[in-house]
This record gives sequence, structure tokens and C-alpha cells, in this order.
Amino acid sequence: MKRKYADLHLCPDLGNDGQVTRMIRKASELGYRLIAIPLQNFPEEKIRKLQNICKENRMDFASRVDLKPRTPNELIRSLRNLRRRFEITAVVCESKQVARQAAKDRRVDLLNFPGSNRRKRFFDKAEAELASNTLGCLEIDIKPLLTLEGPIRIRLLSSLRREVAIAEDFHVPIVISSGASNELLMRKPRETAALTSLFDLDKSSAINAVSKNQLAIVKRNREKLSPNFVAPGIRLIRRGKDC
Amino acid sequence: MLKKTRARYLALTIDSDEMFGSTEFMSAVWDAVLKLYGECGASQTGLALIDYDIEKKLAILRTVHTTVDMVRAALASITKIRDKPVAVHVLTISGTIKALSEKIRQ
Repeated sequence: MKRKYADLHLCPDLGNDGQVTRMIRKASELGYRLIAIPLQNFPEEKIRKLQNICKENRMDFASRVDLKPRTPNELIRSLRNLRRRFEITAVVCESKQVARQAAKDRRVDLLNFPGSNRRKRFFDKAEAELASNTLGCLEIDIKPLLTLEGPIRIRLLSSLRREVAIAEDFHVPIVISSGASNELLMRKPRETAALTSLFDLDKSSAINAVSKNQLAIVKRNREKLSPNFVAPGIRLIRRGKDC
Repeated sequence: MLKKTRARYLALTIDSDEMFGSTEFMSAVWDAVLKLYGECGASQTGLALIDYDIEKKLAILRTVHTTVDMVRAALASITKIRDKPVAVHVLTISGTIKALSEKIRQ
């Protein structure tokens, strides 16, 4: 069966309809079959419009929310409010306390660490151990690898190499996304996978990180959000008076 | 013992509003390979430009089968040529130019 590729982090300017359409079309041309765009405070009507554009381009669309809390309590509050409204929940970890809370919360799907400063990347062994007990994945955006140059990119590659090794040791799934803000920063799935060799991710893990791991998150969450879901492994198959 | 090297031909498409000459394109490719893998890594790739169509924005590169992924990563890391935003995508890869041309036609 042909492998399905996904990009869970497209970041177009949502105010610019033309750019959004162009990026969705480009994703389809590049071979992706599932994309996700972070949407917060975005009207339902526009979400449906995005879904339709994706459908026209033979792609599946998943709604995603990027949370950037300043404190663990703020994260818990946001999760309580937003978890059931989006198919993917990502947390941008800008402090160690938030990173730890996100890693141990089962409602968080993706842990994202922005920036190239090693001191601000909190994915260490403790974080990986917490994430391995939940369903959290480490999300790595490719965009900084393309836009940064020189010593900053060298430092970023060094941090990513360390994080990937830790994630593999603790069996934390890795998700590779583009993080692209325009169509020229988007790459084919195989090219994205090739770029991950720069931080020592082996080929099969890299391919899984652009397809299998991402599809698994969306499938699991869609099941959970379905009205027939009761608990993991239990779902309603029929309702009625004769049951 | 000298290892036998097998050639791989990569058909590339240059995604940009601008048009670039073959020299500019190749210099961007070499810059990317050098930045990511250094001179030692670049020497292993055996890169050569086989064909370049400025109008169709198509290029054919030759490399060695062991360094296909290195070249793919280097090509993916190209974001600018002559300070103009650009993306280079691999259309298809083949072991012979004949098979590559057939794949492109399909």
C-alpha cells in the first residue's frame, strides 16, 4: 500500500486567503495527503472553507491548536477549554515548568521547542521519561534548518542531534513538520526525511516521522473526539431501544 | 580495494518566479553541499550538471549512489539563488539517463 505523508505544521498567514490556498495546493503537489494548520479563535465557517480547499486537492485536513502558556496552570486551563475542539494539541514549551507539565499531560500530542538556544530547549532525559509515559511526541520543525545559517544552525543541529538520541532512547515518537510560512519553504516528504539525516535520524525513523507517527496521532484523536468513543478500546457500536 | 561507484541521475525542478543560469544554479548547489558536508563530503558526491533547461526550470544532476541522500538534503536546504527566494525539488531519481527521461515523460 502506498505510504501516506503528512505535514502537521503549516503556518500560512490565515488573513491571506490566497496564500493559504497556494500552500494547500503546494502540499498536495508535493505528495502530502494530510495537513494541519494551527487555528485558534478562527471562525467555524473559515475552518469549513479550509476543509473544502483540502478536499478539492484530495487531501485530509486536521485542526490544530498551538498553546504557548507561560505557566503550568495556564496550560491546564487552556487544555481544559480547547482539547475537545481541536484534533491536534501542540504545546510550544518556552519554560521548563511548562515543558514538564506538557510532557506528563495525556491531552498534549506534540511538544515543540522553539529557537536554537540550547538553554531554552528543555527536551532532556527527564522530559523524555515523562513523555514516554504519555502519548506526547517530540515535534521538530524543518523551517529553522532552512532559514538559519552559520553558527546558529550549527548549534541547532547539535541540540537536535542530542534531542533525537534521547527521544529514541526513551521511545518517544518523533514528528517532523515543515513549520513553513510560505510555499517556498515547503519540501517533499523524502526531502524532509533527507534533511533529518543532518541530526542523525536514521532513514526508516525519518520516513515514519513524516508519515506513520503523524497519522497515528490524528487517527487516535479522531477516535477520541467521536461521539461513539467511551474509553480507550471501548466504543459505542449501536444505540436504540433494542440494545 | 576500490569500491565500484554507480551513478544516480536526479531530475530537479527549480521553484521560483525568477530564471537562473546554469552557473548560478550549480554554484548554489555546491554552496549548499559545502555548507552542510564540507569539502571532504562534497568531494565524495561526484556532482555534475548533465542538463539544464532554463525555460522549463529543469535540471539533471549526476551523483554517486552512496551520496544520494546527502545531495537530496543539500538541495532541500537551498532557499536562495542570487538573493531571490527559491526551492529545489527532486522530481525523480534513476540509474540511467534514458530511464530518467522516461520517468519525467510519465
